[in-house]
Amino acid sequence: MSTFLISGVTLPDGTRTDLYVHNGVFTDERPRGGQTIDADGLQALPGLVDLHTHLREPGFEQSETVLTGTRAAASGGFTAVFAMANTSPVSDTAGVVEQVKALGDAHGYATVRPIGAVTVGLEGQRLSEIGAMAQSRAQVRVFSDDGKCVSDALLMRRALEYVKTFGGVIAQHSQEPRLTEGAQMNEGALSGELGLAGWPAVAEEAIIARDVLLAQHVGARLHVCHVSTAGSVDVIRWAKARGIDVTAEVTPHHLLLTEQLASGYDARFKVNPPLRRDEDVQALREALADGTIDIVATDHAPHPLEAKECAWDEAAFGMVGLESALSVVQASVVDTGLLSFADVARVLSVAPARIGLLDGYDTPFAVGSPANFTLYDPAATSVFGVEHLHGKSVNSPYLGRELPGRVVTTVHNGTLTVHDGSLIEELARG
Amino acid sequence: MKHLLSTKDLTRDEAIQILDLAEDMADAGTREVKKLPALRGRTVVNLFFEDSTRTKISFEAAAKRLSADVINFTAKGSSVSKGESLKDTAQTLAAIGADGVVIRHGSSGAPRVLASSGWIDAGVVNAGDGTHEHPTQGLLDAFTMRKRLHGDASRGRALDGVTVTIVGDILHSRVARSNVWLLETLGAEVTLVAPATLLPVGVNTWPVTVSYDLDAAVAAKPDVLMMLRIQSERMNAAFFPNAREYSRQWGFDDERLAQLPAASLVMHPGPMNRGLEISSGAADSARSTIIEQVANGVSIRMAVLYLLLAGGAA
Repeated sequence: MSTFLISGVTLPDGTRTDLYVHNGVFTDERPRGGQTIDADGLQALPGLVDLHTHLREPGFEQSETVLTGTRAAASGGFTAVFAMANTSPVSDTAGVVEQVKALGDAHGYATVRPIGAVTVGLEGQRLSEIGAMAQSRAQVRVFSDDGKCVSDALLMRRALEYVKTFGGVIAQHSQEPRLTEGAQMNEGALSGELGLAGWPAVAEEAIIARDVLLAQHVGARLHVCHVSTAGSVDVIRWAKARGIDVTAEVTPHHLLLTEQLASGYDARFKVNPPLRRDEDVQALREALADGTIDIVATDHAPHPLEAKECAWDEAAFGMVGLESALSVVQASVVDTGLLSFADVARVLSVAPARIGLLDGYDTPFAVGSPANFTLYDPAATSVFGVEHLHGKSVNSPYLGRELPGRVVTTVHNGTLTVHDGSLIEELARG
Repeated sequence: MKHLLSTKDLTRDEAIQILDLAEDMADAGTREVKKLPALRGRTVVNLFFEDSTRTKISFEAAAKRLSADVINFTAKGSSVSKGESLKDTAQTLAAIGADGVVIRHGSSGAPRVLASSGWIDAGVVNAGDGTHEHPTQGLLDAFTMRKRLHGDASRGRALDGVTVTIVGDILHSRVARSNVWLLETLGAEVTLVAPATLLPVGVNTWPVTVSYDLDAAVAAKPDVLMMLRIQSERMNAAFFPNAREYSRQWGFDDERLAQLPAASLVMHPGPMNRGLEISSGAADSARSTIIEQVANGVSIRMAVLYLLLAGGAA
């Protein structure tokens, strides 16, 4: 098992200390031997946990695989990812989720927790085998039809009730389907000018409003994926004030980018939900700071070049985000004074692990806790380029943009996955 | 000018330059030999991903009168309908040696993607993209207004103070967008009239007055009334109850024609639905410019191709 001495590191609360890792867990005894990592000037963060990742395997291996996606995750400081269910075959049976988890375990770059589909084939007709997935070796606790909304109100109610049986949660992709038929970008003055079909904010807000009321009615737990509008923030704030058991996530791109980027019709900026107005970006940042929004999740959505090198309405929705997430969070909410690194540790690790019922992340850096952490240099700056990307796809909206920060080291369950800013090619499995 | 992608990009001077050049082209068209040698040896590709006989023959006539070699590339029945991408098509045209590409595409922004992609170095003319813009239509409409209002004294002039009312499916109309931006640049005052379902969200930020009432708009005595085509598929998507109700509320019929001042122009970009958005009486009246618009379209497209491909030299 691996042994480390990490010297002179800054913890999330700002204190400077040495950290000791032995046998894959933090210890208070200075180890003999092992590897010494000079962390002078570096910010230690608990291993980042992404509640919303598209790993694309099985079925779409031209975009990403469990191996390439978890390598991208490690390079971004992540040690655990929740893999969305829109694979082919869909992750709606115990067999598929066990396969995805096993691939993650075999590769070792990050813990892979599969998300199960709510409905068979994501088709919104019948509940998938939720119980079988929960009891499988993958121990699925998060269920989502992400990419599609569970728009049928009765089916959503039943799903919310059913997952209570084992303490699970429904992660809803909130998008009223009829209001967004053919939708291409945020609906507003710019969509009208560009002649692109609008994706109105109300299509998200109406579903969130319905779902929080359903969650209240049946006493269930709801998680709202990729909140993108100021109106959604208002609805969630209202629901939390009423004591409804709802959590919410925002993506890094919705914290930094606005719909103005669509005006050149460059499909790298096409994403679902779409980039919104500056007012929405500001509201999302404030909601993350005041706790209305609980976590940041990447919605890492790899696509091959040909899916983006075309006319806007022919292009696929989505952008990769694992490698850039921490830098974008720093640029949007840390450097602007809204969040501290203690808050970053909460919104990118502790809280997503708690929502997804992932063990080992509740007391980061505490003696006896698994050694999942990343060392980050917030003083670095660089122009983001393809050399920063480590998955299979390069559909990043940040290429050519200057971003702060650099992930220097990542340790997953005591195993070094990133060292000196480079991925470890052959993992020395701890 | 390297490309013509939208009227929104045009400055007032550039727009007037195109209109004036189109006057020269129109003059040339009255000579016994209509053909000019300006683009001899240049190759213009008409790349039409959507059917449009009218716009295609207009561009073809314009390019041929400038002595360019014209290649028509229609998506239907070609490699494009077998799944070839815009990128591959563009690279093919680049390899053939196209100097100019006139593109009609169902996707908003496709001409801009083509122009900024690096796949092809040719000048790109937007001949209509999705529900975005149709800049040569906006230019030929402005040309037609200027010609009717100022006659032989048109050169050098804009449309300051001219009142233009555009009626119909603004939401899905690339013609309306190109007209709104260009008319604003040229100093005209634009009113849009449509049911609220056919106006884009955010239209309040456009440089226009918005009205739901065609009778009030006609009573305001606009200098120009422009009717837009209503497409039948809108009726099946709850934009309005049925054709009869639309025609009664927003159709330009003979009664409304009688209310319009004799000097006002009646325009339509074509093709028309006679009896739906415009009556035959209105379409065929002396106030109608519909046939002139078609003729002027060739002059405008000659001017645009000349500016893009002849290197701007006179």
